[in-house]
Amino acid sequence: MSTLVLTLIIGLGLGALYFLVASGLSLIYGLMGVLNFAHGAFLSLSAFVGWAVAQAIGADSWGGFLLSILVGAVVGAVFAALTELALIRPLYERHIEQVLVTVGLSFAAVALFDGIWGTDPITVRGPVWLSRTTAVLGASIPNKYWVLIIAAVVVLAGLVVFLRRTRYGMIIRAGVENRGMVTALGIDVRRSFTLVFAIGGAAAGIGGVLAMHAMTYVSAGLGGTLLIFAFIVTVVGGLGSLTGAAIASVLVAVLQQVANTYLGGTGDFIVVILLAVVLLVRPAGLMGKAA
Amino acid sequence: MSAAILQVRNLRASIAGQQVVEDVSFDVPATGITAVLGRNGAGKTSTLRGILGLIARRGEVLLDGERIDALRTHRIVQRGVGYVPEEREVFAGLTVAENLALAERQRDPRREFVAQLFPDLAARRDQRAGTLSGGQQQMVSVARALLNDNRLLLVDEPTKGLAPKIVTEVADALAEAATTVPILLVEQNLEVVRRLADQAIVIADGRVVHTGSASEILDDADLTRRLLGVSAEEHS
Repeated sequence: MSTLVLTLIIGLGLGALYFLVASGLSLIYGLMGVLNFAHGAFLSLSAFVGWAVAQAIGADSWGGFLLSILVGAVVGAVFAALTELALIRPLYERHIEQVLVTVGLSFAAVALFDGIWGTDPITVRGPVWLSRTTAVLGASIPNKYWVLIIAAVVVLAGLVVFLRRTRYGMIIRAGVENRGMVTALGIDVRRSFTLVFAIGGAAAGIGGVLAMHAMTYVSAGLGGTLLIFAFIVTVVGGLGSLTGAAIASVLVAVLQQVANTYLGGTGDFIVVILLAVVLLVRPAGLMGKAA
Repeated sequence: MSAAILQVRNLRASIAGQQVVEDVSFDVPATGITAVLGRNGAGKTSTLRGILGLIARRGEVLLDGERIDALRTHRIVQRGVGYVPEEREVFAGLTVAENLALAERQRDPRREFVAQLFPDLAARRDQRAGTLSGGQQQMVSVARALLNDNRLLLVDEPTKGLAPKIVTEVADALAEAATTVPILLVEQNLEVVRRLADQAIVIADGRVVHTGSASEILDDADLTRRLLGVSAEEHS
């Protein structure tokens, strides 16, 4: 019983991490049709800068931890916005070139981060509470997973409020459905592209700092590792659907953990099988709209 | 005929590299409704989309004497060109109120005017547009264009696929709107054209083949059959 509880809650925590990365990917694709392979670079840079800030303030302190999350969000948002303005916008409506430039940026970013921070993973410390556990139904749950879950819930709630209650949110929802018609109403939809990139970058930045604490290291490859699963989550949930990304994040991560625990460490394999099944049975994803 | 609000000169438009409008030139008067007629695939919808910059185009388009053909679509709309697309294109996941709010460009949108024209929409404010009937979606689509003080409306097949009662309602709304703004109307229902349009432009194979008063074309059975392939009576 305790093993099952531990597996499920770790799955939820991992799903929360996947959601933080996948939410931005999904919104960006939904609105702009861009598969953003540079998303992992947003995450990695935010993690590195967040780590540096926490080191400067005091890695063990809650102040350093919270400030590193905030800084990570800002760094992710700025990096993403600059990427959209400088690299994506000039290639408007040229989707293949846009994808290629994000692939190139992701490779270049990893090389740059390796050059700045070295190729070896850097061990990360945080508040002591994060390395402790909390007992739930006989299972000792590492506290870092609670933080991941809370962060994802806060980000999801914030995104829902933004998308439902603000004019820009409304434009983004409408743009995901029919970008051309938004333009035909006299709205410069390209402005919302930068905003969506920034929001996605901020979420990835928060995810980067928290992933660093969850894995207790930061490296240039951190973003790339998570990006693979974030893409799977985005496709399974339905490209462009925030709700789909949230559901698929939990589904993929819990399935992965259950398989790792009970099926001899086959979690990654099972996730790929799930992806294949979804693509065969429901190509648009769980919540996506059929083309 | 009053002075032209829109002048189209040698408009060529293409979709995915395929030329769909060959060489179209016409004027739209500053008052009343001007119908764009033609057989299926003649290039009527593409002409409207080309004017608005929704598809690749070349040639000159002047709105009230000012060139707008180099502008992006949202800039053209901001200059006072409202658009009602052929397939309604309401945002299915947004409510009626959100669909209308998105279309509001001016500080004091004409909400009362729209509410008077389409009282049914007020009662359905919080309903998702994707769950509306085709006629109600068309009302949302027309209402979006009427919320602002436009200088010209481009309306594409507003009665397509609608029940006769709704056709009448939509036509009534366009007639009312036309008292304040000129309309360039693509319409297949010749009875609606006969009722609403003052002028008519006939397009065939991506070119203008006839211009004149709407009644002149529709009252001449031979001309109607030759240009449109149908008689006004059998296509109403």
